[in-house]
Amino acid sequence: MNKLTEAFNNKKAVIGFMTAGDPTFEQSITNILALVEGGADILEIGIPFSDPIAEAPVIQQANIRSLGSGMTTDRIFELVEKVREKTDVPICLITYLNPVFKYGYDRFFADCARVGVDGIFVPDMPFEERPEAAEFARKHGVTIIPLVAPAEEARIKAIAESAEGYIYIASAMSDEGLTEQSKAELKAVADVVKKYTDLPTAVWFGIHTAKEAKRVAEIADGVIVESSVVDLVTKHGAKAAPYIAELIESMKIAVG
Amino acid sequence: MSKGRYGDFGGQYVPETLMTEIHKLEEAYEFYKNDKDFNEELDKLSREYAGRPSLLYYAEKMTKDLGGAKIYLKREDLNHTGSHKINNVLGQALLAKKMGKTRIIAETGAGQHGVAAATAAALLGLECEVFMGEEDTIRQALNVYRMELLGAKVNAVKSGTKTLKDAVNEAMTDWCKRTHDTLYVLGSAVGPHPFPMIVRDFQSVISREAREQILEKEGKLPAAVLACVGGGSNSIGMFYNFINDESVRLIGCEAAGRGVDTDETAATFATGSTGVFHGMKSLFCQNEQGQIAPVYSISAGLDYPGVGPEHAYLGTSKRAEYVPVTDDEAVDAFEYIARTEGIICAIESAHAVAHLIKLAPTLSKDDIVICCLSGRGDKDVAAIARYRGVDLHE
Repeated sequence: MNKLTEAFNNKKAVIGFMTAGDPTFEQSITNILALVEGGADILEIGIPFSDPIAEAPVIQQANIRSLGSGMTTDRIFELVEKVREKTDVPICLITYLNPVFKYGYDRFFADCARVGVDGIFVPDMPFEERPEAAEFARKHGVTIIPLVAPAEEARIKAIAESAEGYIYIASAMSDEGLTEQSKAELKAVADVVKKYTDLPTAVWFGIHTAKEAKRVAEIADGVIVESSVVDLVTKHGAKAAPYIAELIESMKIAVG
Repeated sequence: MSKGRYGDFGGQYVPETLMTEIHKLEEAYEFYKNDKDFNEELDKLSREYAGRPSLLYYAEKMTKDLGGAKIYLKREDLNHTGSHKINNVLGQALLAKKMGKTRIIAETGAGQHGVAAATAAALLGLECEVFMGEEDTIRQALNVYRMELLGAKVNAVKSGTKTLKDAVNEAMTDWCKRTHDTLYVLGSAVGPHPFPMIVRDFQSVISREAREQILEKEGKLPAAVLACVGGGSNSIGMFYNFINDESVRLIGCEAAGRGVDTDETAATFATGSTGVFHGMKSLFCQNEQGQIAPVYSISAGLDYPGVGPEHAYLGTSKRAEYVPVTDDEAVDAFEYIARTEGIICAIESAHAVAHLIKLAPTLSKDDIVICCLSGRGDKDVAAIARYRGVDLHE
C-alpha cells in the first residue's frame, strides 16, 4: 500500500506543514521535527516561490523569508535528506509548478525518489495539466496528490478515479474561516469523492484551531494544518519548535 | 495536451478551485462570440460609445523627417478612456452581464485597463474593484482618482514588487474566493485559457480595421506593423489580422528599462525563458530556480515579467520579431512625436515609436509602416517631467 494512504489507517490524519528554509535552513529542520514530535501523520514541506498566489498572506510571508535565507531547489533535497535521517513519517512536497518545471521534471522526481519524498502537491497543476509531469513522477514512483473542489460530478469522478495516495478537498476560499456554508460545500465534495474511490480525503482549507479541525474531521479523513503553524514561526522565530509540537498534538486530540 | 495552446505555450495552470469557473467562462464565450444579439450590442457600444473605428493617420511630418518608409499611426489613443483597453473591456463586461455576474474585478498597471474597466462597469451597472500595485498607484495617481470618480474601488496591492504582476496575483486570489457573482476581466493577453484568446479576439478589431484602412488608402499591405508589448494586448490586436500576410513584418517593442544587460529591465524576449506562471506556459523573466524576477520599466503598463502565450509562440516560431527599447529611448520618442506630430502618446506606446524612429529610415520610400499608438499620454506627463528633472506640481 502507498505510504501516504497508509498514514490514514485506522485514524484521522493530521498533516503538518512547514515552508522549507523558513526562517533558515537549520531552523526549518528543527520545526519539521517538531511536527513529527507533535504526532503529524504526514509532513508537507513547502518549496518557496516568489509568487505563491494560492496561499494565505502569512504563508506568502514565509515564502519570502525562505527565499531571503537563500533557499534553492537543490537545498530542498538536502533538507529532506536530513529530515529522513531522523524520521520515517511520509513526506509530501508542496510547490508551484514553475520551480519543478525549471529544475526539469525527470531530474526533480529522480531527486525526490533519491531522498525519500513520497508525494508532491502542485496547486497550479490541475487535472488537465498533469500529464507532462505525471509521466516522470510515475517513472520515479512519486505520488501526485490531486485537489478536488466543487465541480460537476463527472469532473470529480475523473479526478477521484485516477488518484493515488490521498485526495485534498477544498471549497471556495473564505476570509471568514470554516463557516457552516463552507463545511457543507466540503461535505458535498467529500461525498461525491467517496462514491468513486476508497482513498482517504484531507481538507485543504485554512484550518486554524483544534475546534475547526474537529469539525472537518467529521466530514473527511484528515486535515492539513498550515497557517497556524507558520503563525508560530512568525511569532516565536528560533524558539517555535515546542509551540509547534504542542499545536499538532492538540490537533491530533481534536480529530480523534 | 490541454486546451488553449499556441505551440507548447498557453494552457490552464490554475488551482482546481478556479477550473469550473474557467470552463463556464469558456462555454459562455464560445456561445456569445457567435451570438447575433451579443455582437450587435458590442458593435453598437464600440461605435457609438468608444468611438470606433479608430483613425489610421498618415504621419506626414514624421515620414519626411525620418526619410524612409511611409508612416501611419493607428490611433487607439483617440478611443474613449484614451487607450485600446476599452475594446476588450466592453466585450468582457458585456459577457459578465450575460453570464449573470454583478461584479467585475480587474488588474491594472498604468491604470488604463482599470479606468476602462471602471468605465464599462459604470455604463453597464456592474460593481467594480480594481487591483493596482501600490507603486503604480503612486506613479499613476491621477488614474486612481479617475477610477474612483467612475465608482470603482481601487485596492492598492502591497505584496511583492507592488506592481502589475502583484496586481494580477491579488485579482486571481480575489476571484478564487468570489466566483459566484464575479468575473475577472483580465486586461492583457495573458493568463489561463480562455483569457489570451478572448482578449486577442476583442483586440483584433485593431488590425481588422487597420488592414482595411491601409488597403483603401494605399492599395497595398504594409511592410511592417509595430506595437509595444507588455503582456501583449494591443500588440496581439495589431498583429492578429496580419499573421497570415507573410510579407508583413510583425514587430513587438518590449520594455528594456535601464537596459537588457542590467537587472532593471522587463524585456521578456531578450532576457526571459520558458516557464509556468499566472496560469500559462510562456516566456518569463525569472532566475534559474524558476523564481519570477522583480522587473522594472518606466512604463507601468509594460512593467510585467512575462508575455502572452501567443506572443511566445509567434516569437519562438520567428513569425514575429521582438526588440527591446530602453527608458531613455522611449522618453526621447515621447518628446519627438509630441513635437513632430502634435501627439502626446502613452509612454507605453512611445516604446513602439522609439523603434519606429530607428526602423523607418532603413526602409524604402515605397514601404509602409503602421505603428499602433495604444494610448494617450496625459497620464504620463508628470512622470516624464520628473524624469527630465522638472519640478512639476499636479
